Amino acid sequence: MSEYRLVMKGVVKTFPGVKALDHAQLELRPGKVMALMGENGAGKSTLMKCMFGIYKMDEGEIEYEGEKVTIPTPLDALNRGIAMVHQELQPIPARTVAENIWLGRYPTKSYGPITVVDHPKMYKDTEELLKKLKLDINPHAKLGSLSIAQMQMVEIAKAVSANCKVLILDEPTSSLTANEVESLFRIMRELKALGVALVYISHKMDEIKVIADEVTIMRDGQYIGKWEVADMTKEQIIAKMVGRELSNLYPPLENHPSDEVMMKVEDFTSIHPRSFRHCSFEIHKGEILGVAGLVGAQRTELMEGIFGLRAHTSGKVWIKGEEVTIKQPRDAIRKSVALLTEDRRATGIMGVLSVADNISIASLDALRKGPIMLDNKKILDLVATNKEKMAIKVPSPKTQIKSLSGGNQQKVLIARWLANNPDVLILDEPTRGIDVGAKYEIYCIIAELAKQGKSIIMISSEMSEIIGMSNRVMVMCDGRITGFIDGKDATQENIMALATQFETAPTAAANQ
Amino acid sequence: MEATKKLNGKAVAKWFSNNAIIVMMLAVSLIVGIMHPNFFSGTNMINLFKNVSIRYIIALGISGCLITTGNDLSAGRLAGFAACLACIFAQTEGAAGKFYPNMHTLPTPVVFILVIAICAIIGLCNGLVVSYLKVQPFIATLGMQQVVYGICLVYTGGTPIGSLNKNFTSLASNTILAVPVLIWIALIVAACFWFLYNKTRHGKYMYAIGGNEAAAEVAGVNVNATKIRIYILASCMFGLAGCLLAAKSGGASVNTAQGYELDAIAACTIGGVSTTGGVGTVPGVLVGVLVFELMKVALQFMNVNSSYTYIVQGLVIIVAVAIDIRKYLAKK
Repeated sequence: MSEYRLVMKGVVKTFPGVKALDHAQLELRPGKVMALMGENGAGKSTLMKCMFGIYKMDEGEIEYEGEKVTIPTPLDALNRGIAMVHQELQPIPARTVAENIWLGRYPTKSYGPITVVDHPKMYKDTEELLKKLKLDINPHAKLGSLSIAQMQMVEIAKAVSANCKVLILDEPTSSLTANEVESLFRIMRELKALGVALVYISHKMDEIKVIADEVTIMRDGQYIGKWEVADMTKEQIIAKMVGRELSNLYPPLENHPSDEVMMKVEDFTSIHPRSFRHCSFEIHKGEILGVAGLVGAQRTELMEGIFGLRAHTSGKVWIKGEEVTIKQPRDAIRKSVALLTEDRRATGIMGVLSVADNISIASLDALRKGPIMLDNKKILDLVATNKEKMAIKVPSPKTQIKSLSGGNQQKVLIARWLANNPDVLILDEPTRGIDVGAKYEIYCIIAELAKQGKSIIMISSEMSEIIGMSNRVMVMCDGRITGFIDGKDATQENIMALATQFETAPTAAANQ
Repeated sequence: MEATKKLNGKAVAKWFSNNAIIVMMLAVSLIVGIMHPNFFSGTNMINLFKNVSIRYIIALGISGCLITTGNDLSAGRLAGFAACLACIFAQTEGAAGKFYPNMHTLPTPVVFILVIAICAIIGLCNGLVVSYLKVQPFIATLGMQQVVYGICLVYTGGTPIGSLNKNFTSLASNTILAVPVLIWIALIVAACFWFLYNKTRHGKYMYAIGGNEAAAEVAGVNVNATKIRIYILASCMFGLAGCLLAAKSGGASVNTAQGYELDAIAACTIGGVSTTGGVGTVPGVLVGVLVFELMKVALQFMNVNSSYTYIVQGLVIIVAVAIDIRKYLAKK
């Protein structure tokens, strides 16, 4: 018996025009957490999909518990005890927690020739399973009523219920709060103790240091190497990932916020009692205002409220000293406000449309010749200028935007808003799901825009991003603004202190 | 040398799979044409293209709804209602059983404008229900289909209307530069639609809504107004098609154009309009309509019992879309 639970060797996978995997390699030990790292497009997810039987590899072999195997379909993977928690959860929101966990393998009982689902057993098993994992979730709850974090826990519980021996976690923490991450790690440690081999894909360096035992690094589909996490510094890992030394994670901020107030918000309150309330703040010309807070602090909701995507009961907004009424995004755009939304795929890109269509959609009024006809030349110029200015990697303006990488999609969306020449640019998690190299480029764009005198509101859940990129930090907790910190004085500690300043007695979650 | 040959073989195969529907269509007509030389006769072809013209106008109307992931099931009944209205307005003076015995015959352009205007009101209702009441287009227009049929029954009393004035019916038989007027009208409509879809803000907004409605809203697109325009335009096209249908058949009844909406949706889908939205072109829709109409005529020529034609048509829709969708399916 080999010391490895699972070994993938010499894996090659080619898509039309791209070599996604070029002799990739992975070795998993029972009871260990293997971090799989690499920039977006390095082939991490592709490799996992090969292991899980979603993709068929062109070359290479899988050795599972000492013997050579092929895994043609996800069902084969599951039968062998390999489970995967996908980056994008695919739950059935209208069914209960238990039904989601046992989907496809419901416990049954027979009355003569008729076999029916054994509901009592299913719910009892679920209860025991959740208790074992110390999860406080009601098996009868509709999955759709849970938070994203809880859905993820259910997903993991599902894997555990199948007695998995290998568990793949593909960026599980991208939408979790610190507390939720901690409980995820607790479960991962319990699985380790049970001898499960875990694969952990994440961009978050701090988490890797905490939870992973070993790290495999990939670049451009190739295997770069495998190390003990304890032997590597963050900087070393990043250097291996990008293949070059990143001297700085953030560009120097050379903008000079002026005294002129660009936008002022007063007493902004949502129609929902548990959402944002009595929020007042102002932002100056040429300033980068970082907005920090835990998930659920209603930062996105507040900004979307200001932008006219969500309703508010009270509150006033002034832009350049003029009071404005914003009821829908169109009103905000007319007042020179732009909003880069949090979820690029749900509310940002129009996937099947071309890059040209995606860049121009918000500024078509200005891209006309005559009253009716659009000016194709102006549209192409807009694409060409932005392509050069922001180094967007796109073969042709007609390329469908969904075929670009996350970083390039994000640049296209920023270009969409800049085409309107906005004064206030609200960026909601501008670097989520973007690889390290492209992140730096986005930071440079943000710094440059601020230097040009644009006011930038940047929501981010990455503490270092907030600290590294803000002139001033606004912290929210549970729907309220709990304080402002000057960018130079901001630390993880003082931000966290404000982010957990709950109004009433702190909830159990905040206490943990 | 070997490599280029191989590449060419691949390129040819790819071209065939991308144009499978057109190839299939040409092959079918060629086979039928060889077996029945009459198939390619002038009268048959002209009649085919006249039918295509009317169907194309309806399909173009529906295409906007489909591209925005909507639908318009009221198309057929509305075209039928429009045909009845056109007949009523265009009846010869003094004809026996004239609907409005004392009404003068209206000039043909006035008939068209009146009928299209009435249809536009129905389209406005569809648009308002879809955009502001947020009723799913499938359901909203299914309801409107029934309502329009009911109105038509009540209004005409269920009796067929004929005796149209020559001026009106000549529209369907006249030619300009040896090409029937009907075909000219369809070409002009298609050119307008092409311009609208590719060169105007409305077109871009329509594709954007189809591509991602939430994103379009965030980008400042007036989603409701765009949808309302789309449904009004669609109904106007059904009105136009109804008028032309009346002129071509010289009369109309409550059952005129029944079921045309399903043919039009099928034609659009065959022509590459994606039911998941954001995709579809004006020439593509033409291909879809041509495939569909050619199929019908070819089956008639081959003396296939009309009951069987339904089976074949249904299969063609499924096969055509199954072939077409290969283009978009992600390769794993």
